[in-house]
Amino acid sequence: MRDALERQRHILDFTIASLLRRKGKNGSLLAVYTLIIFILASVLFFTHALKREATEVLRETPEIIVQRTMTGRYQPIPLAYADRIRDIRGVITVQPRLWGYYYDGNFLANYTLVVPREDPPEPGKIDIGSGISRIREAYPGDIIGFTGHDGKPRNFSIRKILSDESQLISADLILISEADYRDFSGISADQATDLVLRVRNPKEYTTIAEKITRLLPDSRPIVRTEILRTYDAVFSWRSGLVIVIFSAAALAFVIFAWDKATGLSAEERREIGILKAVGWETSDVLQMKFWEGSAISLTAFLLGMILAYAHVFFASSFLFAPVLKGWSTLYPQFRLVPYVNFGHVAAIFFLTVVPYTVTTIVPSWRAATIDPDAVMR
Amino acid sequence: MRFSHSALYLAVTGTLLAVMAGLGAYSCFAVVAATPRLVRMSLMVKNLELTDLCLFSEASYTRHLSMADRFTPFQDSPMVFEHFPSGAVAGPPPHLIPIQNRRWIQGGED
Repeated sequence: MRDALERQRHILDFTIASLLRRKGKNGSLLAVYTLIIFILASVLFFTHALKREATEVLRETPEIIVQRTMTGRYQPIPLAYADRIRDIRGVITVQPRLWGYYYDGNFLANYTLVVPREDPPEPGKIDIGSGISRIREAYPGDIIGFTGHDGKPRNFSIRKILSDESQLISADLILISEADYRDFSGISADQATDLVLRVRNPKEYTTIAEKITRLLPDSRPIVRTEILRTYDAVFSWRSGLVIVIFSAAALAFVIFAWDKATGLSAEERREIGILKAVGWETSDVLQMKFWEGSAISLTAFLLGMILAYAHVFFASSFLFAPVLKGWSTLYPQFRLVPYVNFGHVAAIFFLTVVPYTVTTIVPSWRAATIDPDAVMR
Repeated sequence: MRFSHSALYLAVTGTLLAVMAGLGAYSCFAVVAATPRLVRMSLMVKNLELTDLCLFSEASYTRHLSMADRFTPFQDSPMVFEHFPSGAVAGPPPHLIPIQNRRWIQGGED
């Protein structure tokens, strides 16, 4: 046993020395390999953590929301609809919800106006999200002016800034009183943006949504399970951003492994020939190549994973920020909770380290089984 | 004293493995430590009746992904294509995807 270990140690010694002799080539190989794993792992860490955080945070989102559309466009919903929906068996409460958007042309930012049901600001006052506070450099007591639906300016005094820790849900929010919102947006007193329902039994969400559609054909119900599934689907590995980055990284890795699998360089073939000539067995050569493949791929895997973790969970995924920001000037500053799916870590390991190591061994096996004299020629 | 190449390699690999294990342990602690903050955020979602994360504020249909519909990405005008960058990053919510395509998208969860 001790001899076997000692033998492996010597082979590893030789392998590392051989890798270090070709520092430039192997160094760049390690850098590219690490970069591919870093990108793959960053995307997986980011999307998984975001999905988990969305699930945790949005679990108390409204059970059913009813909106109204007319020829495919949203319309304010009459409060009379609430009375008709309330009659459906299983519905506990129906509440109007007032919210909308405001485009701030001076800062090129979109804000979301919300009328809170509990503890709303007094008329003339607003609470703002910390994202708005940051870009406008506005603080409690300051006055902010917005242009209303009639083109007239309205001034609001800032009551408070919403907590910094909740930026992921509140960076662009403006909480405003009902009277101010109706005056500002022009929505009449007998209408709301949409309706929020509470239902006795969560298993009846779909049934109640169907009843609402039958009762009010111009309505559009959205149930909580759909809201929760949205972030799961939007950031699943088969959608949008993820599949684009995945495809690019996977293609790079295939080219990389293909290059390795299709043959050895003349220098590597000569090295194998010399080793065979000085008495190395074919199995020794294969073990050396195994160590070579493992040394590069395992180091790249570990480095890539650690860097990806630091990028996503310590550096707020700063490399993804330009992609996620798009044209928006208001973007939340948040640090994701490090939810890590160890299945993803294992998947990256088996999809990168194992194939690379195997593709290193196969061409070497072909070279190692040929006569040393022929290989050296 | 001169270390052999194998000893150096094993030391580096061991250190990297230890860092990874440390990050795994940190994750477990950080998730527990973040629970009160997530509960507060969840309470805020409940009180303000919010539906979405504030990730992409450039367009209404990406700001409120779960409230999105089929037509606003195209700016309500025939032959005008969806043009906000975040529309390419975030796909449509599952309830807007035709049933025959839904399995492909939803099957991709994890």
